[in-house]
Formats: sequence, C-alpha cells, structure tokens
Amino acid sequence: MRHLITPLDLTVDELNNILDLAGRIYRNQSIYSKVCDGRKLASLFYEPSTRTRLSFESAMMNLGGSVLGFSSADSSSVSKGESIADTIRVISYYADICAMRHPKEGAPLVASMYSGIPIINAGDGGHNHPTQTYTDLLTIKELKGNLSGLTIGVCGDLKFGRTVHSLINAMVRYPDTKFVMISPDELKIPDYLRKDVLDANQTPYYETSNLEEVLPTLDILYMTRVQRERFFNEEDYIRLKDSFILDNKKLELAKDDMLILHPLPRVNEIATEVDKDPRAVYFKQAQYGVYIRMALIMSMLDIPEPN
Amino acid sequence: MLNIGGLHEGVVIDHIKAGGAMQIYNYLNLEKLEQSVAIIKNAKSSKMGKKDIIKIEGPITVDLDLLAVLDGDITLNFIENDVIVRKTHPKLPKVVTGIIECKNPRCVTSSDTERGLLHTFKLTDPANRIYRCIYCEQKFKGHL
Repeated sequence: MRHLITPLDLTVDELNNILDLAGRIYRNQSIYSKVCDGRKLASLFYEPSTRTRLSFESAMMNLGGSVLGFSSADSSSVSKGESIADTIRVISYYADICAMRHPKEGAPLVASMYSGIPIINAGDGGHNHPTQTYTDLLTIKELKGNLSGLTIGVCGDLKFGRTVHSLINAMVRYPDTKFVMISPDELKIPDYLRKDVLDANQTPYYETSNLEEVLPTLDILYMTRVQRERFFNEEDYIRLKDSFILDNKKLELAKDDMLILHPLPRVNEIATEVDKDPRAVYFKQAQYGVYIRMALIMSMLDIPEPN
Repeated sequence: MLNIGGLHEGVVIDHIKAGGAMQIYNYLNLEKLEQSVAIIKNAKSSKMGKKDIIKIEGPITVDLDLLAVLDGDITLNFIENDVIVRKTHPKLPKVVTGIIECKNPRCVTSSDTERGLLHTFKLTDPANRIYRCIYCEQKFKGHL
C-alpha cells in the first residue's frame, strides 16, 4: 500500500506514468466512468477548502465511486479531542482511500502511520500539497507537450507559498529547467530552497522584483496570491498584496505561447481582463486537477486500465 | 584545574562547549541516575579556551550518541579500572525519537489532540549535522 504525502514520494518515472494516465483519462473520460464502482473515498478536511475537496470528490464520482467525510474540524470528532491516529484507524474500515487536508504540518504523515487504506495529502498547512503540484505538472505537460527545457517564472509570495516550493522541488527533476523568481524582497524564496534544492540540482535561477523585465523570457508564468493567513502582521499584508499584478499591458511583453498558471483562488494579482487571453490557463488547470486526482486514485487503488 | 576526583569506572564527557553542560544533563535525563554525576563548568582548555565536562560514575545506560546531535566536538572517555579504555566521538544517530522537540508551532506535534505523538528527527545532512522533524521538516536548532 502506497501513500502520497509529499510531491517527491513518486519517482520521475512513476509520476510520468500518472501524468500519462491522467492524459488518457482527459481524452477519453467515459471509459473510466465505472472503474471505481463500489469504492469509497473518505474526504477528511480539517479546514475549509472548496477547490481541492470538490476536485477530489468530483474525481471519485467520475470514476463511479462514492464519497463520505467531513469538511471542517468542527463537524468531526476532533472537536471532542480525538487524535488523527484514532480517526484514521476507524475511517480505514469505512472507506477504501482517504484524502486528508489538515492545518497542521505533517498530519497526513501521522495518518499514514496508522491507516489501513492509502492516504493522499490534500494539503497540510503551508507544507505539502502534492496533488496541486501534479496538477501544475499535468497542465504544463498537456499544453506544452513536455516538462523539459522550460523557463518557469514564479511570481508573488515565494516565501510562504507552498505551491511554489513544491513546484520548484518537482521541476528541478526535469532536464534543462530554469527558474525566474519574481517577488518583493520580503517574500523571496527561503534559503533552504536556494541551497538544498536549486543549487544542489545545479538548476539555474534568477531573482528579481521586476516582472516586466523578465516576462519576455518566460515559457511559464506561475502567479501566486499573497496569502493573508500566512502573515502575522496585517500591515505587512496590505503593503505587499498588490505588489505584482499581471494585466493585459504587461502581458504584451510575454511570448505568444507563454502559459499563465495560478493555483487559485485568485485575489487581484491577475486582472480579470487577462482571463480572455488564450495564454491564461488557470481555469483549465483546475480542470486538469480532477484528471490527475482520478489517475492517482486509480493508481493507489491498483485499479487496472479498462479495456 | 579543579580536581573532582578520578573515576574507577564510568565515562567522562569532555570538550562540551562552555555553558552547555546543564543542557546535556537535562537532555540525557541525568537527574534520574542513581550514580554520582559531576558537572565541571568553565574548565580551562588549551583547544577551546573554556569547556564544560561531565563525569558519570558506573555503568552507562543512557544513549550517548545523542550528544553528537547537540555538539559535534564532544569527546567520550570510557574508563574501566581507573584507566581510559576507549576515547571516541559520539556518532550521529540516523533517527532521534522522543528526546529533542520540534518548536514549529504549525507542526502536528504541537497539536493538542496529538499528545501521544513522539517528536522524531531524521538526519538529513550528516556533513552539517542537520536534523529535520519527520513531520514538518523543520530544522532542529537546539545545538549547544
């Protein structure tokens, strides 16, 4: 039995197989519509999430399975003080696979130590969110054709943004990747990523606070929101939240085939006028998120490919 | 140098960074030992200027490798029948469970519902003696 706790739990080959399966599902969804008939997904969300929870639930339903669970800690036994270990031991008898979101870092790892069913980390605080990373990779692979030789700009909150950290960790494993980090000084990537991930993999990167300067060089622009909940100080949040806004005027500088990704929800870092630009693929990205979760559920439940 | 008296059998934890002896005393739970324990603070050292030393009498039941996590310069002198029979440096353990604590307030180990969860650290970079919490990957920063 395998669990998916961090984006690096799968080797590049295993991940490529998942991305290929997700691509096949995307192109021929109907043949997968019964493969999880009789299987149940436990959707254990200890903190609110619209997109990820519904994406998991939609994925399981698309495969013909069903869903049970809770969408906040208040509506679960945790409000009575139950431990993660006890909760998952019980849930293991009710479902076949579990997607867990928890505000505490490492909670899904704890669950995996006691679980009788595969655990998928659906986000643990500011730590890991592997299915978001795989969604990003599937979007890039499907729309660019491959994951090698790309110059990827990451913009916004690079200090606290877990999606950016995970994307960097995942993409350094592909050849000839270059990164351009675009952020205010206060929100630059943490030192450990620079040293332990980028330098250790000899991945070239360039840091700047000027989006216009680097836009013409990018194949991918990964925008992130400046998240209020990651700040201890409201004043800092207000001062920095509008720092890097993408609009149509700036977009004139970009390549015609550059892709704009965003993990969503967007606040105001991408002007709504950009939504009509064919390079804006962030809603398509959310759609790919369902296919990657379908592929993961199938793979982790050892469901064979239908004939 | 101040003389605390020789050991017939036991271990001398030498070359502790000055001021670190009490932390080691606490981490190793030495207060629970029945045998004699001597702490020497700010002893003169040609190598370090000042150092701390801990002498523990009798057979050793505590895991001294943990000391490598806290201080890479420590020397262990094992004594039998009044002579040093072995001089070693503690080896970095691959995993440290239930002794050092993760201080990250966002880590699952800090959660009220997870009281029974043992704090566990993994050696991720032996050259730089870096241990990370297995749950949140936060670096251990409690070195002496």
